[in-house]
Amino acid sequence: MIVFIIRRVVQAIFVMLIISLVGFSIKDQIGDPVRDLVGERVTPAERAVIAERMGLNDPFLTQYFRFVKNAVTKGDLGRSFLYNKPNLEVILGKAPATIELVFGTALIIIVVSLPLGVYCALRPKSILSRFTMSFSTLGVSMPVFLTAILLIFLFAIHWQILPSYGRGETVDLFGLGWWETGMLTADGLLHLILPCVSLSTLMLPLFIRLIRSEMMEVLETEYIKYAWAKGLSPARVWMVHAFKNTLLPVITVFGVQIGIMFAFTLLTELVFQWPGMGFMFLEAVNRADISLLIAYLVVVATIFTAVNTIVDILYGFINPTVRIAGTK
Amino acid sequence: MRTKIQKFKASYFLYSFRRDKVAIFSFSVLMIFLLLAATAPWVAPMNPYDAVNIDIMNSELPPVWMEEGSLEFLLGTDNQGRDMLSTMLYGLRTSIVIGLGAVALQGIIGIVLGLFAGYMGGKTDAVLMRLADIQFSFPYLMVAILMSAIFQVAFGLGSFERLAVPLLIVIIGLSNWPMFARTIRASVIGEKNKEYVEAARVIGLPTRTIIFRHILPNSLTSVMVISTIQVANAVMSEAALSFLGLGMPVTKPSLGSLIRAGQEFFFSGSWWITVFPGIWLVVFVLVINLLGDWLRDVLNPKLYKG
Amino acid sequence: MSHLLEVKDLEVKFGLRFGDLTAINGVSFALDRGERMGLVGESGAGKSVTGFAIINLISKPGFISGGKVMFNGQDLATLSDEAMREIRGNQISMIFQDPMMTLNPVLTIGTQMLETLLAHRNISRDEAAAIALEKLRKVQIPSPEKRLAQYPHQFSGGMRQRIVIAIALLTDPEIIIADEPTTALDVTIQAEIMDLLQQLCESEQTGLILITHDLGVVSQVTEKIAVMYAGKIVEAGPTDKVIQKPRHPYTQGLIKALPGSLQPGAKLNQIPGMMPTLTDIPPGCAFNPRCYMCDTICREQEPPFVHIDGDTCQVACHMVKPDSSNGTK
Repeated sequence: MIVFIIRRVVQAIFVMLIISLVGFSIKDQIGDPVRDLVGERVTPAERAVIAERMGLNDPFLTQYFRFVKNAVTKGDLGRSFLYNKPNLEVILGKAPATIELVFGTALIIIVVSLPLGVYCALRPKSILSRFTMSFSTLGVSMPVFLTAILLIFLFAIHWQILPSYGRGETVDLFGLGWWETGMLTADGLLHLILPCVSLSTLMLPLFIRLIRSEMMEVLETEYIKYAWAKGLSPARVWMVHAFKNTLLPVITVFGVQIGIMFAFTLLTELVFQWPGMGFMFLEAVNRADISLLIAYLVVVATIFTAVNTIVDILYGFINPTVRIAGTK
Repeated sequence: MRTKIQKFKASYFLYSFRRDKVAIFSFSVLMIFLLLAATAPWVAPMNPYDAVNIDIMNSELPPVWMEEGSLEFLLGTDNQGRDMLSTMLYGLRTSIVIGLGAVALQGIIGIVLGLFAGYMGGKTDAVLMRLADIQFSFPYLMVAILMSAIFQVAFGLGSFERLAVPLLIVIIGLSNWPMFARTIRASVIGEKNKEYVEAARVIGLPTRTIIFRHILPNSLTSVMVISTIQVANAVMSEAALSFLGLGMPVTKPSLGSLIRAGQEFFFSGSWWITVFPGIWLVVFVLVINLLGDWLRDVLNPKLYKG
Repeated sequence: MSHLLEVKDLEVKFGLRFGDLTAINGVSFALDRGERMGLVGESGAGKSVTGFAIINLISKPGFISGGKVMFNGQDLATLSDEAMREIRGNQISMIFQDPMMTLNPVLTIGTQMLETLLAHRNISRDEAAAIALEKLRKVQIPSPEKRLAQYPHQFSGGMRQRIVIAIALLTDPEIIIADEPTTALDVTIQAEIMDLLQQLCESEQTGLILITHDLGVVSQVTEKIAVMYAGKIVEAGPTDKVIQKPRHPYTQGLIKALPGSLQPGAKLNQIPGMMPTLTDIPPGCAFNPRCYMCDTICREQEPPFVHIDGDTCQVACHMVKPDSSNGTK
């Protein structure tokens, strides 16, 4: 088991190194660290001096290793020209908003898709099942931003029961100082509803269908038939034998989907003017702040790799055959 | 060739199609969309990409059935004065070109890599799949967004706008090839162990021939199913990129950019700028998805709904 | 005389889009306490379906369309699902073909054993664990205490099947239905498993219905045998009698096809043609296109399943007279 975990972690580190190399190369080619540090009103002579002092004339690999070292030991991912602050600080400041958005969405997805998916698998011909399945194709065809706009129109403008933009009131989480949370205030929670619902409409159909089809496939297997032959109660056959096997692939997909959720937060944050990482990213693009962009790339890559590794390890816990074999 | 057509006509495939009303409906609608897109330059009242036709004085005019609407702009105009109907037609055309182009690119890369990885096994397989896994662990949309963003920042908005369509094809194409690769690879590995492959090897056919002439046709069903999903994904990706401002430029809007442009004006009254392109896009993607669903049901014998 | 299990004119159909197909067309047999019987035939003859039909566990779209399955005075074919659940795994246990596919890969052996006991008996987990260990020892699994916490993939094929047999024995059932229990195993293991099964059934006086296409296995283990062809039983009787003096042309063909009866270098004997699929069963006797004794009546009427040889054997063939010894050619 330990070997399995170590192997996964090493893989993750390897991936991160590649990503950081790619990111750094881009930054090296396109970015302008001097400008990031001292702005634009500097003479060429001063620029040369500063460049020398920053080590910008060193060979590529040296600079790269410096970059990695700084990032890992000091958390220094460069400086943002736009915000005039270290990149990591900027990103960490905006992260809570996005994380809460993703968390809220994940919660909705788990709570809704699991029961609904299982139900649709067990009673495929019922009205609820048919309705859900038809609706799901529609759900997948609607772009997140369109759903968001429509929801805003309905709930915020037409019926005026939910706020249409921003995070609302936020408070300090556990007195940590840097995590502003909207989940502990009523106003914050109200603001969370529409964005989370919009984001979930894209993923819900996917999960409901996945759970349903996986469960249906599992229900056709020999070992389920055997469980029936042993005279076990339906509750036991469905919940213990079938469900556990259904969960396996669902968890893997969930891990990947969290990553996709992050991508879609960009769209949602734009529509709702949600001050998260995605919004920040778009501003960085508009203002050509390469340093911030690359820092974002690195952070996001870390998050994805971490999530995927954790999901893999969790999968190993639940599915004993994977541990022994060691490979996927 | 004649017998092939006859075989097709008598096949279960066509039989199933004819009996499934949803499939027929979706297919017809899709054909209409494709026709409109192909003939857009002739069918559309005006060319919205040509700045000459646009008069800012015409902006935000409502559709013909509302007050202040006029026959010249059947579905109203957008915030820059472009005719909605024309822009939607041209936008559809652009989306289809990008969608199909991107999927073709993904398909070629993915299929070739997947075929070799699956057939060769061993080191080739390990390396290629590592690559696919790494890319797969990043959501393709994110990859596309990042590529587009970096390009824009690196080369400036001007070059980006000029190269928009091919660039978007490349970006979306590169961001999602692992899907094809994995599917084909799984299929190849399944086929590899079948007797006809061994027979071909025993006769002494070269690897390339075995892969392309024998294994590939048998793996095509999975490719077909994936392709429809991927086209829908590509179209949605392009819409998303355009919505973010990282896709089609403002001067040549696609459906996504229209929706974005319309957002500000939506709440203040000019709802048509967002709603019409929105409905257009949703219906288009919906029929692709419905066809994809049907295709999957038909081509996948495992899921016989007895 | 009342039997432990009596199947009378059992009919099973599959309801498909274009009509119902008959898979089992009037099968009758009986099993007494502690009796070991073999159900033999090619793949597709309907033996597995018969096995499943006894406990009413046929996969959709199959269903029992006629006949009775009398067990302990009850007709199992008409019992509710709830009532059947008390019989399945309890009084009638089943052993499937491939233990790797029948044992749930994500649950421990212990869980899969205990749940069977706990579902049918009102006992504590510890008591159930004790019984499980006892059964594991009976099937000769070494260090059973350690095994309960292990997963199916940690065992070899032979061990897995032993575990499945142990599970079948947990509730001291009256009948075990074994569907091709050794087909998925290596030949060397097959013999061991069949020996074990036979011993256990003898010592516990458990009835056994052994479904297989392997005549060798059947002749070793069973006391009586029924041969199935295209959904019907064509010959039945005490095992040694049927194997030494088969009356039905199909049975004769099966015995002759065994390589053991040949001289080295001689050609293998085959029954010409193939067994028909459910959709193409010919009129009259289903075997008539392949039969060397075929006559006009065979093509028109289905032969009745009658007793010959003074009651112990039964054959369904027009060409076999009840008193003669129409034997091998």
